[in-house]
Amino acid sequence: MKFSEQWLREWVNPEINSQQLMDQITMAGLEVDGFEPVAGKFDGVVVGEVQSVEPHPDADKLRVCQVNDGTQVVQVVCGAPNVRQGLKVPFAVVGAVLPGDFKIRKAKLRGQPSEGMLCSESELGLSESHEGLMELPSDAPVGASLSDYLKLNDVAIDVDLTPNRSDCLSIKGIAREVGVLNSLVPEAPQIEPVEAVHSEVPDIRVDAPEGCPRYLGRILRNVNLQAETPLWMQEKLRRSGVRSIDAAVDVTNFVMLEQGQPMHAFDRDEISKGIVVRMARPAEKLVLLDGQEVELTEQTLVIADHEKPIAIAGVMGGEHSGVSAKTRDLVLEAAYFDPITLAGKARHYGLHTDASHRFERGVDYELARDTMERATQLLMEIVGGEPGEIVEVSSAKHLPKAHSIDLRSKRLADVLGLEIDRTTVEEILTRLGLRVEKLLKDGWRILVPSFRPDISIEEDLIEEVGRIYGYNNLPVTEPTGSLGLRVNDEATRPVSAIQSYFVSHGYQEAITYSFVDPKVQAQVDPEHEGIALANPISSDLSVMRTTLWSGLLKTVAHNQNRQQPRIRLFETGLRFLQDGQRIDQQPMLAGVVVGPQYPENWVNGRRTTDFFDVKGELEGLFSLLGIEIGFVGSRHPALHPGQTAELLRDGEHVGWLGTLHPQVQKNLELNGTILMFELSLNSIITGYVPNFKEISKFPEVRRDLAIIIGGDVSFADVERVARKHAGERLTALRAFDVYEGESLGEGNRSLALSLFWQHPERTLNEDEVHSLFNGVIDALKEELGATLRS
Amino acid sequence: MENLEQLVQDGLTAVEKADSLQALDQIRVEYLGKKGAITQQAKTLGKLSAEERPAAGQKINEAKGQVEQAINAKRSNLERVAIEQKLAGESIDVSLPGRGQDLGGLHPVTRTLQRIEEFFSRAGYTVEQGPEIEDDYHNFEALNIPGHHPARAMHDTFYFNPGTLLRTHTSPVQIRTMEAGKPPFRMICPGRVYRCDSDMTHTPMFHQVEGLLVEKNVSFADLKSTVEEFLRVFFERDLQVRFRPSYFPFTEPSAEVDIEWGREADGSIKWLEIMGCGMVHPKVFGYCGIDAEEYRGFAFGMGVERLAMLRYGVNDLRMFFENDLRFLRQFR
Repeated sequence: MKFSEQWLREWVNPEINSQQLMDQITMAGLEVDGFEPVAGKFDGVVVGEVQSVEPHPDADKLRVCQVNDGTQVVQVVCGAPNVRQGLKVPFAVVGAVLPGDFKIRKAKLRGQPSEGMLCSESELGLSESHEGLMELPSDAPVGASLSDYLKLNDVAIDVDLTPNRSDCLSIKGIAREVGVLNSLVPEAPQIEPVEAVHSEVPDIRVDAPEGCPRYLGRILRNVNLQAETPLWMQEKLRRSGVRSIDAAVDVTNFVMLEQGQPMHAFDRDEISKGIVVRMARPAEKLVLLDGQEVELTEQTLVIADHEKPIAIAGVMGGEHSGVSAKTRDLVLEAAYFDPITLAGKARHYGLHTDASHRFERGVDYELARDTMERATQLLMEIVGGEPGEIVEVSSAKHLPKAHSIDLRSKRLADVLGLEIDRTTVEEILTRLGLRVEKLLKDGWRILVPSFRPDISIEEDLIEEVGRIYGYNNLPVTEPTGSLGLRVNDEATRPVSAIQSYFVSHGYQEAITYSFVDPKVQAQVDPEHEGIALANPISSDLSVMRTTLWSGLLKTVAHNQNRQQPRIRLFETGLRFLQDGQRIDQQPMLAGVVVGPQYPENWVNGRRTTDFFDVKGELEGLFSLLGIEIGFVGSRHPALHPGQTAELLRDGEHVGWLGTLHPQVQKNLELNGTILMFELSLNSIITGYVPNFKEISKFPEVRRDLAIIIGGDVSFADVERVARKHAGERLTALRAFDVYEGESLGEGNRSLALSLFWQHPERTLNEDEVHSLFNGVIDALKEELGATLRS
Repeated sequence: MENLEQLVQDGLTAVEKADSLQALDQIRVEYLGKKGAITQQAKTLGKLSAEERPAAGQKINEAKGQVEQAINAKRSNLERVAIEQKLAGESIDVSLPGRGQDLGGLHPVTRTLQRIEEFFSRAGYTVEQGPEIEDDYHNFEALNIPGHHPARAMHDTFYFNPGTLLRTHTSPVQIRTMEAGKPPFRMICPGRVYRCDSDMTHTPMFHQVEGLLVEKNVSFADLKSTVEEFLRVFFERDLQVRFRPSYFPFTEPSAEVDIEWGREADGSIKWLEIMGCGMVHPKVFGYCGIDAEEYRGFAFGMGVERLAMLRYGVNDLRMFFENDLRFLRQFR
């Protein structure tokens, strides 16, 4: 809501400056979004009168004019098409300064002397309009300062109203607030019922009283729409950001800004028989005032005549029935439309109008008649005409009901944390127009006025009191409730511990969008279809990620394109999988690594990170979390077929580690060997609480062996078999050498292991260890075809 | 016995001249070994009378001791020199950088979230999580934003279908927490939220932290202290905070919180909107089955990127989600 400060001050004029006024209303909850002077900064501009206009001897488009500036007549060369004899215009005299520090000097234009400049609105910073000179009314006093004449010492204040405060979408409403804040009573213009001079009334039928509980119409005959809107009204509209159209439209807009009640004027000759307020019929069409043709839906409330719709109720009128300069008789409309019926309708047609903005938020349901009288009165002053009676069709059943709310003083004090004395509370409420209907033993019964549809419960009243009393005048106290004891689940590590682990291993945390490019995702996770957004912001952010790799690989590309050779990223966040009717939103941990294992360095060389580097980092994480995870060779469509491990915990899938498939890497235009992992956070986050075991006082025994195994035998196989036969006293099993070479035979590998035994209560004897060790060797030979290396 | 004195003199001279541990050892053998010159002197004792023998023996012992002491002193001297020489050869350039990994870093949003979580955890708040793909009921309806409500227009919502959407705020976690438990509650819910809006100052995804406290006896004054204290701790400054009446469908009364952020040209305080808050709306309690006469509550919500931008001086919101390493590395 944009309004002129001067206009507001005609209603209520506290003794504070503009800044204080704006601060005050901001702190009352009507946030001032901005303000601007209503005109550019200029000096030396007066009301001038063009006394004569002659053609320029040497230029077709220029005219030579004699202009009276109130003290003398000077010659001015002017190129505006609308310059004519007798016209009153803003005249910048020699020495004047226009906005942009533009100084007016004596000049010669094509040989003709010119002393001063006739001005357009845009040259004075009044509007963007370049349509020739600004035309002043014929009674404008020649020689008067333009600033004084137009009262330009004013600012337009833009208030960003919250959707509940529809009551402040008018000068009347803002004046009420300012009145409360300054203990002043606003002065409203007198509204007197206009007496009918004829008996013609519009025929009105309301078929949809739920949507239109009240509809008022009146005929104003024989108007002269050639008449100019008076300057004062034009200026008020302009300062409120509303363009002047013609007197009929200007008056309806003016009363809407002043009172908050949108109105509409129809051309009576274009209405077939009578007015019907009804829901639109299927496929009905209407050409709106802005020229666009819309096909109406059955949920749309329309104003129709007996043949066709003539307006979308509360949104915009139709072109056909709109007023024009030729219009002779007006039908004026002032109605109360139901906010819920109108909700979203304007948006459905791609519209947002001053009327729809107000009706959707709720207009005062008792305001239509007053506004109708006010508009009639103003119209008659400007365009003349003969008024008829107002016809009102209303449905008490569908109109909002006046209601009262009990406000308990204890509740007020409990919620605000302060006891405010009764007189102050009563004064605040009364000034806001909330009448104290009855004093109760412990509070008040408050009658909610029709202009405050937002007030429906006790808390709303508490907010009103708190807001006017001033939130910043309320006390500050500490919450006193007991904190209670919370279970501290020690076995479950916080995600922050995982994040710290990766940070200390050189990983940078990334946060990528949860919606990704479906083309990228099809490359890294072809087996899942991402859930698609109905209204994505762009096609490359249109499906939900099924893996965090989609975003992380894009981040790799971004950084590789910026000369970053060494990239180590991790991310935590949800992935989204459609699971029948359910959507599985699973917290994941993922990482991507590419480039040298160490930052370029004088000692470590530039070894590229490989599978076992990242595996080692993950193993470190798992021991931090106190969990055991198995790595099993497997296949994943996005990973290198020979370098993919599925991660298992107690046999259950928890994630993947592998090298990005070279083909996918090429398709995504990425460089280098890219290691990636992704784990389900919920599967790894819970480990165990340590449980102390006695430390053995007896020596540990170590035995080493080296075996040759075939290409189809994995270390995991060897470990499994060895552990099975090594007995319960085995404390550790480690691989300390892996070798592949031609001498071993095609595909074969040599594997060196050490096994450790220890007994908690005694020294193991040589024979026991020997027998276990031999048992392991025999089992490896038998079960895995291993041969002992000599 | 003159001979003995001469021997000692010779021995001491030889020790003096020795330039290595081996040479010194040689001298020890020469003079003090089994067949050493001074040791040999003991054999002459047999020729002496029983009266003379003790005195002569003592002299020989003294001579031995004298040379031995000299040898020992020389040895430790030579050893010290040897160590010094060895160490001198072992010098390294300590100004060279250390080997090994450099550190990664947390994303500035995470870093900010951790600071927020730490503050509220200490004040007894739990940290709750909720789904990001939400239903209309939890995101709007139960927060007192029915289908026709104009406030819906303020949320540019991403939809999957008419009933399923990406949460536009973290507030639905309030509802889920209250549905699942029994009051009192003290919780915060940090997380990703989504709005269908993308330009210089909006990204389609960002982070919020929502807080909720529900107890039997809590007031707007308690809300004020919680918010003020948090902001002062977060910014590590005793900054001025003001509460401005505002509107959220799920709180009543509602307020926007502004903090002092520099000065205007005229010297007055420049206020910056930083978060929203209010007392839980009784209808919201109603949706969660909590008796609004028995319990009251307050809620507050803030944008994490905005706090991070102010705290670290980041001037472009969009950088948070480009994940450019040159940006991210500045926050480790």
